[in-house]
Amino acid sequence: MYEIKHQSRGLVSHGTTACAGCGLELIMRKVMDVVGEDTIIVIPPGCSALFSGFGKETNLKIAGVQMNLENTAACCSGIRAALDAQGNTHTTVLGFAGDGGTLDIGLQALSGAFERGDRIMYICYDNEAYMNTGIQGSSATPYGASTTTTPGGKRQPKKDLMMIAMAHHIPYAATASLQNLNDLKKKIEKAKNAQGPSLLHIHTPCPTGWRFHSSLSIELARAAVRTGSWILYEYENGKITINSKPKELQPLETYIGKQGRFRHLSQEQRDAMEKEIKENFYAYTSMLERMNVPVETV
Amino acid sequence: MQKQQENAMKTTKKYKVLGPVATQFGAATTGNWRLERPDVDFSRCTKCRTCERNCPTNVIEIKKDQEECVVINFDYCKGCGVCTNVCPQQCINLIEERR
Amino acid sequence: MSYKMLDGNTAAAEALKLGRVKVIASYPITPQTVIPETLSEMVESGDLDAQYVRVESEHSALSVVTCAAMAGVRASTATASNGLALMHEVVGMTSGNRVPVVMPVVNRGIAAPWSLWCEHVDTMCERDMGWLQFYCQNVQEVLDLTLIAFRVSEDARVLLPTMVCLDGFFLSHSMQKVTMPEQEKVDQFIGEYKNKNVYLDPTDPMFLSDLTGNEEYTEMRYQQKLALDASVTVLEEAFKEFEKEFGRKYELVEGYMTQDADVVLVALGSMCGTAQYVVNQMRKEGKKVGLLKVTVFRPFPAEYIRKLVGSASVVGVFDRSAGLGGDGGPVFYEICSALRNQPTQVYHYVGGIGGRDVRVETIEMIYDELLAIKAGETTQHTEWIDLKEDALELREVIKNV
Repeated sequence: MYEIKHQSRGLVSHGTTACAGCGLELIMRKVMDVVGEDTIIVIPPGCSALFSGFGKETNLKIAGVQMNLENTAACCSGIRAALDAQGNTHTTVLGFAGDGGTLDIGLQALSGAFERGDRIMYICYDNEAYMNTGIQGSSATPYGASTTTTPGGKRQPKKDLMMIAMAHHIPYAATASLQNLNDLKKKIEKAKNAQGPSLLHIHTPCPTGWRFHSSLSIELARAAVRTGSWILYEYENGKITINSKPKELQPLETYIGKQGRFRHLSQEQRDAMEKEIKENFYAYTSMLERMNVPVETV
Repeated sequence: MQKQQENAMKTTKKYKVLGPVATQFGAATTGNWRLERPDVDFSRCTKCRTCERNCPTNVIEIKKDQEECVVINFDYCKGCGVCTNVCPQQCINLIEERR
Repeated sequence: MSYKMLDGNTAAAEALKLGRVKVIASYPITPQTVIPETLSEMVESGDLDAQYVRVESEHSALSVVTCAAMAGVRASTATASNGLALMHEVVGMTSGNRVPVVMPVVNRGIAAPWSLWCEHVDTMCERDMGWLQFYCQNVQEVLDLTLIAFRVSEDARVLLPTMVCLDGFFLSHSMQKVTMPEQEKVDQFIGEYKNKNVYLDPTDPMFLSDLTGNEEYTEMRYQQKLALDASVTVLEEAFKEFEKEFGRKYELVEGYMTQDADVVLVALGSMCGTAQYVVNQMRKEGKKVGLLKVTVFRPFPAEYIRKLVGSASVVGVFDRSAGLGGDGGPVFYEICSALRNQPTQVYHYVGGIGGRDVRVETIEMIYDELLAIKAGETTQHTEWIDLKEDALELREVIKNV
């Protein structure tokens, strides 16, 4: 058990070395509030590894292990198998990886765990680049965003994690945002209680990587949803629910205008991007509503 | 939380272990990072707890029965300013950190 | 006494069953596929009470097993060749985090060129990662050494994982008569899996494998070195008890007719059987040859080598891997290092790679050469002992001109 060197409210210590205004830090606290201490967490290298700790000290008051970048989901499967073998069905097995460790290098392991139907809770905090190593592009970097490896703006669209998850027919998958903490909390609870693999894909504003003032994290999370740049929906036992469908989407400038990673875009490019995002929002959510993906049971 | 506190009250013994493992729950003094600090106008605060809920470091505590109802732990506050941004009353401002 | 006809793969599966593993990660690769298949049947029929995790790659296989063991149960997987190469990153995690996993590895070459057949390069590439390594000569050894591996790996003085290596096809697919140990005796010998050192338990939390600075890393690595040193004693104890309980004797290194030998050959794996046959034949002809059979390659038993080499002044080392770019191969370096303060002449041989059979003739050629060197009759040394003469003439293409 841990030697407590620091008193904290909740299972995460207050003095973590996450950047000021870090969206991930807020997500980690909300997740820990819901999952509680009967949890084993698997964290890969990346921003979330700040919480694993350094040397003797950790920032998390629960049992956990820092494994490799590729295998978060596989490690969760292993822990779940071990717990099942011991008759322990109550402990939550939680994988907590970033967009790189989920959609790029971690995709194979994720797919394997989902296909097997292993009862693991997988959270992807999406700050839309490999942030911890210094803001390099990942497949989750949105179209047009500048990173150190996509300096002129990414030329490919963002890879769709939810579609991949739904293709595996898992019992629960949802996107989430910091703009509505109650919605986030409900989704964490549902993901925790799913009878099979669950996925939460959480939009994670990053002041350092997206280049905005640290105070704007929540404002930008909200702007992403209101401009249609981040679509909030749930997939629950084959049924899809769109959580937020604004009648009118806000101007894209309210979202990208304050972010340095989009600064290089010309007005023409911004207009084109706004048109595309708005059209896609309606097309995509309509398609989602028409989908009724059956969940296979044995 | 309760289970861990219960465990803490039982008698304990220390054992040596091998390999990389964190055995202490600790914190860095992130309060040292601050260049600006949040300054609350308590008279306009409605104690809605929005700042408390959205603080990434969870260092804000609303004490309803106090006049200085927004208690911030400046040992750890990083001065990010999220509280100033989310407050519905706009009654928190960032001011320069005193040294 | 109960006997079964088993090949190396089924013997490995039987050993994992006797060891009562609770989590199995399964991924197929030639020539190991019979191991996950057999385990699958055992689990399906209820013969083996275990969680069977059909993973999507070997990297995930070892990840599942390492984390399952951290979470409190005996866990295992098996692999070969490129599969082991793919796992390499995780091999470091298992060992560095002191997780006592036992993994049979069916020795097969690593591409390119693509080969399905026997070579030691796959496990030799892992030799510095902090795992114990055993090399089996026959199918009985596959079974026995896997059981011994559980006992040694899980010992509190060791807490390091073990690879039990068996030659691809020559052992994995070779049907031999195996004495089956009784389950109760195995339970007694191995004991129950217990959480020791660090583990994942929500009621007793700690955070494993976090970032370590340079002020502590060296010392942690040294902890592993000390464990490998200590494992020699633990191995001796385990071998002794195994002999007492099951009647079969094992040693870290076996000196076969080495006491009075003029020349000695060092070898690993199934070719030791062939070599012992050749020693017997040559001894009948009055040639004083001996064989040093290395069963435990990691930790490398340098002290034992020095004792057993004794008065032999010429030693040949048979590497079943090429050791490219080096002045010899992995086993050769170890022997040279062990004998560095002695005037023994050590000669390197490469052979049996990519599934080439190590035949009686091959071993005879080596011994004859070593004897000739010792007698001062020749200075010729044929390093690549089974090399064909047309090495550069293998392929021709037709092109337009």
